[in-house]
Amino acid sequence: MPQGVLRGKAWKFGDNINTDLISPAQYMELDYESIGRHAMEGVMPGFADRISKGDFIVAGENFGSGSSRETAQIALKYAGVGGVIAKSFARIFFRNSINTGLPVLELQEVDRIDQGDELEIDLAKGEVKNLSKNESYAVPPLPPNVRELVEAGGLIPYLKAKLQNT
Amino acid sequence: MTITEKILASAAGKEKVAPGEIVTVKVDLAMMTDIIGPRIEIAERLKELGARVWDPEKVVVVSDHYTPPATARQADIVKFTREWAQSQGIQRYHEYEGACHQILAEKGYIKPGMVAVGTDSHTCMGGAVGAFATGIGSTEMLGVLVTGEIWFKVPATIKVIWEGKPGAGVMAKDLILKTCGVIGHAGATYRALEFTGPAINALPMDERWCIANMAVEMGAKNGIIEADEVTAAFFQKIGVDEGKHFSSDPDAAYLQIIRLDAGQLEPQVACPPAVDQVHPIREVAGERIDQAYVGSCTGGRLNDLKAVAKILEGRKVAKNVRLLVSPASRDVYLEALKAGLLETIAAAGGVILAPTCGACVGAHSGLLAAGERCISATNRNFVGRMGSPQAEVYLASPATVAASAIEGRIADPRPYLEG
Ligand code: SF4
Repeated sequence: MPQGVLRGKAWKFGDNINTDLISPAQYMELDYESIGRHAMEGVMPGFADRISKGDFIVAGENFGSGSSRETAQIALKYAGVGGVIAKSFARIFFRNSINTGLPVLELQEVDRIDQGDELEIDLAKGEVKNLSKNESYAVPPLPPNVRELVEAGGLIPYLKAKLQNT
Repeated sequence: MTITEKILASAAGKEKVAPGEIVTVKVDLAMMTDIIGPRIEIAERLKELGARVWDPEKVVVVSDHYTPPATARQADIVKFTREWAQSQGIQRYHEYEGACHQILAEKGYIKPGMVAVGTDSHTCMGGAVGAFATGIGSTEMLGVLVTGEIWFKVPATIKVIWEGKPGAGVMAKDLILKTCGVIGHAGATYRALEFTGPAINALPMDERWCIANMAVEMGAKNGIIEADEVTAAFFQKIGVDEGKHFSSDPDAAYLQIIRLDAGQLEPQVACPPAVDQVHPIREVAGERIDQAYVGSCTGGRLNDLKAVAKILEGRKVAKNVRLLVSPASRDVYLEALKAGLLETIAAAGGVILAPTCGACVGAHSGLLAAGERCISATNRNFVGRMGSPQAEVYLASPATVAASAIEGRIADPRPYLEG
């Protein structure tokens, strides 16, 4: 996961945004760029064209339910999504995001954020600032072993470091 | 401790574990598919890390989503998957043989007491034999392939007790759909689901897989059924050593206990677009359908095809409907062929497809057009799952799918089984 401060606009979605909505299976055989162009097509056709690089998805409960396919992460990353903030995540999606370095933050105050709000996320501090509303929300800390992964930048850099040390 | 806790403790080399604790466990079985397997980074990253698969004997690779390939690109993916498996010395590579979870089941790869992971969310199906089995992503799998280990937060367990005895025409699929309706699409997120009670114990192995398969539809990490004589008889039949049975302690702590009664249960239908929009058949009967689908790792086993053939025997599929049947595996296909089930289905107007994920995942072999409706014995009815985002999918038991195919609208299978 990238370190430092991320900035972008909020794109609001509801509850139970599943992997078939994030990245329908029929596009899975395409190259990553094309998978990205179809991101979120199931809920918002044209999403990838409408957002600016670094914008955030802000969703309700159970984001990413369904399949274990990492094409969901690929779709979001290639569409230019800077991170996902949701009230809760489906567990495989959450893990996959940590492993592939897509910032994911669990936040109860999601309803305070409106479509188009300017957000600033400080990953190290665990803080989401809503610049449009002049508010800030604290993100609950991750367990230590997960933090270690996040700090390494995902599972692959983590493994690399580990393999080099043995 | 619960079964899940005991398996994780044992795999972590610990006496005891408690929910919430993070443990690193040894993996006994790692499964990958064509769609989310070597081709999504795994092969390339493994090379980049200069690593090889930690133990090829513990790895299974199945090309099932893109077989038979509908496009040249799908064919490329299958070829890549096959060649990668060979290059890594993985003997247990299967293609054109059926859905990955069914392969793990019928070949005896998944056994009681194991820790199994797979790059497919329905890997939880393996819990039907009392294993800890769960789905992971492909980057996570890369970690497993390099280290042979994975970390888990020990899940708290929700116990689902099914009392009573289901009536004729009520299948395991109805039990698990009802469970999804009660628990909800995200109601078991991060939890283990332990299925027990007289109605579960009485289920044959074929039906138990269907129960554990859908644990993930409630967000669960794993679904598990304690191994018993039925499990032992299954392993004896396929001639595979049955591994280690674990059972929950009588004083094991559960987060929640849910009691349901199979005796009172009607056939159930999950309405689009969510697996937890579950209604008894009488509330949805009569809805028009265009396609009826029986197949997948959820509803394409021999018992399922028997139920379908029994209802179709001497009858015809409605004119405006296509019934597609994809046996869950080559073995199931062959057994159904020998038993005359496929003939009955074809004579009724059903189309027999290759054993494949195909339409279940919306990749090929029976996708839906905009505005079409399908009743399906699979496990997901999300928007766009089986083709057009404007199509609708209802989930039901193979018996309900067969009865609906005859009537051209959603129909109760029970009248077809009387007398
Ligand atoms: S049959 Fe369907 S649910 Fe089963 S593994 Fe294949 S795509 Fe997934």
